[in-house]
Amino acid sequence: MNNDSNAQSSKASLLYDPVARSIFFQCLTVAIVAWLVYAGINNAITNLEKANVASGFGFLSDRSGFDVSQSLIEYTNDSSYLRAFYVGLTNTLLVSALGIFFATIIGFAVGIGRLSQNYLIRKICMVYVELLRNIPLLLQLLFWYKAVLGVLPNVRDAMQVGNIYLSNRGLAIPKFIPEAGASTIFWAFVVGIIATFVVAKWAKKRQMKTGQQFPTILVGFGLVLGLPLLALIVLGFPFVIENPELGGFNFRGGSVVLPEFVALLLGLALYTAAFIAEIVRSGILAVSKGQTEAAYALGIRPNITMRKVIVPQAMRVVIPPLTSQYLNLTKNSSLAVAIGYPDLVAIFSGTVLNQTGQAVEVVLMTMLVYLFLSLVTSTFMNWFNSRVSLVER
Amino acid sequence: MKTKIFTGMLASAALALSASTASAATLDDVKAKGFVQCGVSTGLSGFSAPNDAGEWSGIDVEYCRGVAAAVFGDPSKVKFTALTAKERFTALQSGEIDILSRNTTWTMSRDTQLGLNFAGVNYYDGQGFMVRKALGLNSALELSGASVCVQTGTTTELNLTDYFKANNMEYKPVVFEKLEEVNAAYAANRCDVYTTDASGLYSIRLTLDNPDEHTVLPEIISKEPLGPVVRQGDDQWFNIAKWTHIAMVNAEELGVTSENVDLEKDSENPNIKRLLGTEGNFGESIGLDAEWAYNIIKTVGNYGEVFDRTVGAGSPLKIERGRNALWTDGGLQYGPPIR
Ligand SMILES: N[C@@H](CCC(=O)N[C@@H](CS)C(=O)NCC(=O)O)C(=O)O
Repeated sequence: MNNDSNAQSSKASLLYDPVARSIFFQCLTVAIVAWLVYAGINNAITNLEKANVASGFGFLSDRSGFDVSQSLIEYTNDSSYLRAFYVGLTNTLLVSALGIFFATIIGFAVGIGRLSQNYLIRKICMVYVELLRNIPLLLQLLFWYKAVLGVLPNVRDAMQVGNIYLSNRGLAIPKFIPEAGASTIFWAFVVGIIATFVVAKWAKKRQMKTGQQFPTILVGFGLVLGLPLLALIVLGFPFVIENPELGGFNFRGGSVVLPEFVALLLGLALYTAAFIAEIVRSGILAVSKGQTEAAYALGIRPNITMRKVIVPQAMRVVIPPLTSQYLNLTKNSSLAVAIGYPDLVAIFSGTVLNQTGQAVEVVLMTMLVYLFLSLVTSTFMNWFNSRVSLVER
Repeated sequence: MKTKIFTGMLASAALALSASTASAATLDDVKAKGFVQCGVSTGLSGFSAPNDAGEWSGIDVEYCRGVAAAVFGDPSKVKFTALTAKERFTALQSGEIDILSRNTTWTMSRDTQLGLNFAGVNYYDGQGFMVRKALGLNSALELSGASVCVQTGTTTELNLTDYFKANNMEYKPVVFEKLEEVNAAYAANRCDVYTTDASGLYSIRLTLDNPDEHTVLPEIISKEPLGPVVRQGDDQWFNIAKWTHIAMVNAEELGVTSENVDLEKDSENPNIKRLLGTEGNFGESIGLDAEWAYNIIKTVGNYGEVFDRTVGAGSPLKIERGRNALWTDGGLQYGPPIR
């Protein structure tokens, strides 16, 4: 608003002032929403009391009394419901993070494959996308679970490679139990990553100045893998290996990757990859052909053209819908309950809700977790998007 | 995907916002609707499962028909809602169903913290273990290290933990929400053991490909009194739920069956007269007509008849009366007197 309109409005009645009116209506809307929320919460509390249903969050510190098949953190049936909540949360995070990782790789490969010059590759990628995109995820999960369980042998006839066993009870692998000094290896890995960033920055600067290129990727690999390896050798392998052994009904010792986990990861990654493939394809097609031709005319090789000209521009189109797919994958992981993977929904909205009967509290917490995860993911992707978006000079 | 969370959300929203379901007179609602909405399991034969003709059948189903007969004089005025273990209490609390009759164990926390009332015990059960005969096991104490299939949201899940802990044994839980999923996982050998109420095990065993390859171990590790449940805050409906079961038990004790009930109407036995409404006004005192119990017995039968044709000798399950025999035969079924 400029001075002019201010001067005018002060003369006319406040009722006809657009600014005053808009402020009034916005305040009114906020007030109504606030009242609705308040009334809803109030009503919920009164009704729960009237129905004699226990309420409040006190139950979170009670003993859970049930066991869980997979836990990344220390958990027993003597732990609290809150601890069970964290077990579910970490299991959801694990499968979501790995799912996003694999879905991205497969999705990019298939998306680029759909634009391949090779007829067979193009068609295979097309069939993949159309098949997986058009079958409900739940059915796919049940299919993978049946397939995983159906194909794998019973524990007693487990397939064996060295100390690794595969059966319908999962993949039993040796467990590395860290001894003193083992954390150094992790820190070496972290240092490797930081060093790679520093090198990359330096290499870019140098290239800007002198035009000389530096094999950043190769050196990066060397640092990230080499430093921990060096630490490992210097420390003389500070791990005790515990091999899985068949005893009684199951494998004892070692670590076990559950078939439920594998089926869920497989289902989520393959399904989401089909959508990502289409996003990648559309992103690449959105870059006009003139860009390629211009790059070629400048004598830039096809490989470099793809990496330095096409992909950076395609990324601008790809990232926003890619974010949605990442969010979908995380939320879809709640289908785990159908195939017995102990994710947040299965453990917390399932078992805990049922044993405590505190539906309102439990569902509220579960929803907030998914909301929080989604907001974190989209914040990160928005930040990434602003990094790669076209900087106009 | 989100649907799971979404239904949970809706359910709890409905629970939170359903203004007066808890205190409203359920009987009036039921009469206005014209039927009783009864929550049952998704398919546990003998208790509640659709039969070959597509009709619900089983001991829990018959009980609900009994309630409909008491209220309307017509056992068909009932509609069934299939519920998993996890869904059942929310469905009852939110008013989606009028009564829950779904092999539900009466426990203190359910009776006190969930705003529910248990209306009696129509089947005394206990938790057991089923294994493949090929494993050559004789006792549940040999199960250390086994993978155990179990359904979520049940007392089963907790008893299992307690039992293994008390006996210093380890196990690996494999937990599913739906009955079919547990069945499929056990059938695929994902787990060595299937655990639930012993009656449930007998029923599930018959649905497996080769029932004879499976056996139920002798240990019964818990008390599972199964019975119908209603919401707190409606004593009239609670009374109807209680006395429907009691009427069926007392009818058996008095020898009144669906076949002889018309003859018994002329009986001189004052107990039978009070039961069948030819003396006193007991029907009126629970808000029904004098024929309430007569209608239950005439159309559904007494407890013994129902037991026999759903889970007992006259059914594929062939479960013995055992603890569910009348107290006069050394069992636990004991109906308070109508007087
Ligand atoms: N009596 C136990 C367990 C009842 C239960 O849900 N049993 C399972 C296994 S036999 C069942 O009936 N499932 C049927 C279904 O989910 O539809 C309880 O009340 O928690």
